[in-house]
Amino acid sequence: MKKRVVSLLLAATMVFGLTACGGSDAPATDSAPAEESTDAAGDDAAADDTADAAGEETDAAAAPATGEKILSVQVGPDPETIDPALNSAVDGGNMLLHSFECLLAVDEEGKLIPGQAESWETSEDGLTWTFTLRDGLKWSDGSDLTANDFVYSWKRVCDPMVAAPYAETVLGMVAGFNEAVAGDLDALQVEATDDKTLVVTLTSPCSYFGSLAAFATLSPVQQATVEANGDAWATAAETYISNGPFYVSEWVPGSHILMSKNPNYWNADAIKLDGIKWNLIEDAGASYGAYQTGEVLMIKDVPTEEIPSLEGNGEFFVDPIIGTYYLSLNTQKEPFDNPLVRKALSLAIDREYVANTLMQGTYSPASNFMGPGWIDTDGSQFIDNANGGQPYIDTTNYEANLEEAKALLEEAGYPGGEGFPSITYSTNDAGYHKVVAEYLQQAWAELGIDLSVEIVEWASFTPMRRNGDYESSRNGWVGDYSDPSNMLDLLYSTNGNNDGKFSNAEYDAAMELSRTTLDAAERSEALHTAEDILMEEAGCIPVAYYNDFWLQSPKITGSWHSPYGYWYFMYADITDGDGAADAAADVEADVDAAVDEAAEEDTAE
Amino acid sequence: MLKYVAKRVILGIVTIWAVATLTFFLMNMVPGGPFLSEKAISPQATAALEAKYGLDKPLMQRYVTYMTDALHGDFGDSLKQRGRTVMSIIKMKFPVSARVGGISVLVALCLGVPLGCMAALKRGKFLDSLISVVSTCGIAVPSFVVCTLLMYVLGVNLKLLPTMGLRSWQHYIMPVIALSFYPTAYIMRLMRSSMLDVLGQDYMRTAKAKGVSGFWILFKHAMRNAILPVVTYVGPMLAYTVTGSFVVEKIFVIPGLGGEFIGAIGGRDYTLIMGTTIFLATLIIIMNVIVDIIYKIVDPRIKLK
Repeated sequence: MKKRVVSLLLAATMVFGLTACGGSDAPATDSAPAEESTDAAGDDAAADDTADAAGEETDAAAAPATGEKILSVQVGPDPETIDPALNSAVDGGNMLLHSFECLLAVDEEGKLIPGQAESWETSEDGLTWTFTLRDGLKWSDGSDLTANDFVYSWKRVCDPMVAAPYAETVLGMVAGFNEAVAGDLDALQVEATDDKTLVVTLTSPCSYFGSLAAFATLSPVQQATVEANGDAWATAAETYISNGPFYVSEWVPGSHILMSKNPNYWNADAIKLDGIKWNLIEDAGASYGAYQTGEVLMIKDVPTEEIPSLEGNGEFFVDPIIGTYYLSLNTQKEPFDNPLVRKALSLAIDREYVANTLMQGTYSPASNFMGPGWIDTDGSQFIDNANGGQPYIDTTNYEANLEEAKALLEEAGYPGGEGFPSITYSTNDAGYHKVVAEYLQQAWAELGIDLSVEIVEWASFTPMRRNGDYESSRNGWVGDYSDPSNMLDLLYSTNGNNDGKFSNAEYDAAMELSRTTLDAAERSEALHTAEDILMEEAGCIPVAYYNDFWLQSPKITGSWHSPYGYWYFMYADITDGDGAADAAADVEADVDAAVDEAAEEDTAE
Repeated sequence: MLKYVAKRVILGIVTIWAVATLTFFLMNMVPGGPFLSEKAISPQATAALEAKYGLDKPLMQRYVTYMTDALHGDFGDSLKQRGRTVMSIIKMKFPVSARVGGISVLVALCLGVPLGCMAALKRGKFLDSLISVVSTCGIAVPSFVVCTLLMYVLGVNLKLLPTMGLRSWQHYIMPVIALSFYPTAYIMRLMRSSMLDVLGQDYMRTAKAKGVSGFWILFKHAMRNAILPVVTYVGPMLAYTVTGSFVVEKIFVIPGLGGEFIGAIGGRDYTLIMGTTIFLATLIIIMNVIVDIIYKIVDPRIKLK
């Protein structure tokens, strides 16, 4: 009998024990995470995060109750990093934009405005840039921020031990860069002549260095916290000291990043929100659900299958970003070494159909390589001055383009596609990539060309394309700054992103001229010449311009979206004061109504 | 018994080593690497990164270094989540998954076992058919369908439950239903068939003939034997469930470990792949040992050697 009782007891404890980690902790959420934070505190960097996770239970729930204005948005999943030097992603950049401020900033019209620097000037030879900082700048922890902080941060970007992916892009033209990336950081010609003055010396003139001074990689970081915590400084709210309109007060990976208003920011009076909650949602369906329930007032990831029903909805926005979806052809392989073939392939694509129908209007048809948003040297739109103001490809006249394509292919020696080898198109499967691939099969079949599609996992696809292990593939670029060289450089013969291995001496010469000349008109001409050559030679095949498309509640006022793919929420407000809680109900009703309406329209058609 | 456990533990360690070794070499054979992006970073920066994380060394040397460090409890830094160690990621995310997963397993057991018994006892009756239909659905319907349906109906349309996060007990309801759906169905079927099997045994008839009451026959004689297959299943299932589900965590925005398994592979985060794999392997082995011990307790005829 005794034995039986013991065995029953044992069995019971086992079953309970197995589930105890979950079962018993659930109601006692207060005590469980507290324990975690204590055992973690001793030995690793996660301590603070774990403590944050515990904080989640109280903070996030309490926020609406205290009447704080917390704007809840979704711009992407967990950022890999929010260390300014290490970030290379748009969603991470968006968070840096709100927690840090560079020397310069970009306003709603895309113009450079003073940021941490109140003024800046360039020497006559274009080689020396002098920035003067504002008075009384402070870090979010209240300590003083000086020009020396910029010197430290910029040198850190060059540090091989930091291995910043954007180092060359943003500082490659600064004197001493090559020595600095080799390890001699002090060789970098960035100098603080006093606490308020930063002097930068370049090796060659760089007319768009101002844009770079507003680029998140060059945000100042606090030496003390970085040195004390190593790479981990940017993983925990406690050590993440910043200088922007907000500071990170909580980061629960996979859940949210909470930013609170930074009272030490020089322009804090203009900030109306008490905080921003960045919901780190990866699944578009989940984002959409959260938007519909009103838990989140703005979502970037809208499920593509919902887009038809959102057309005409006042909360659905489509806005261009500087970037182009294009196809790379491996110009080192036959038959793509023949410009006539490349051009024929390009002209056989019905870009209106691809962008408006296949991509549901979330992209715009691309007639040029450089789309809207790129800024010419005189401040006007680059695209307005390209090809004498005419589009390179008339996307509205597909029939004529197709005829021309057939003629070109014949000229190339493949009349009606005869003798044209069977070719392969490689892409990864995400977004509209597969749909486009299937369309290309159909489109190029019109030329008598047989195309097979190869779908490759992203992490294998990227190196494959870079190494030239493909015939044709999808490609794309979203600009880092609005100077046209940022994208035209891609086709420079030795550029690391020149996946098509396009090599044209005249093109290279035009790009080199654009780098060295000090004359704005000459530089502009050189850049336009480069695009002319690229389009004439079909060095790549632009298909569509990128847009951002998102859902945003009318409760949000004073925010804007930039062609860099960023949303500016720092000066935003939530209109009905009490924040998301009751805004939510209305928004929901609106969405429902709009969705219903849209559905009705659909059926009516 | 002790000897047996010791033997199993040693065998377990060997298995973990084999799993780790296989994973290490397989993942390095797959093309791609952790420092890729759509925009090529300069060769200089790539080289610096590789040097920083020791990826520039020959594969064998990296293997030896990794294994030595791992033996000392150092699983390295994540290559993608810069500034976080693999251990800190597991430590931070496992408790979340374990909480949701643990509750789900408990629910699956509490529902699956009695319902399965009932189906067996009412064999051929309406209740049995109903349970069969439900359990077939449970096994056939993939979890993303369950999740999406739940979210659409309970979250978005009826607004009964919150759709994201884990801030209150209500937040647990949908993820737990989604996670326990399949195991409940599976346990019901297992329980039903093994119960039917046991009910037909001679000793049951003997017990009945001796006048043992229906309740006791069921609980003392039948259950004890019938539950063995369920125990076998629950061990590894528990290990999988407490380490999180990719789909459920994504849809309900739960900061758990499930996403890391998939994310690490997609991002070629070598150290995190190793860390999560070793962690899961260890859990499964521990569960299996526990299952064996429970076996022995439930059924004394089983000899552990």
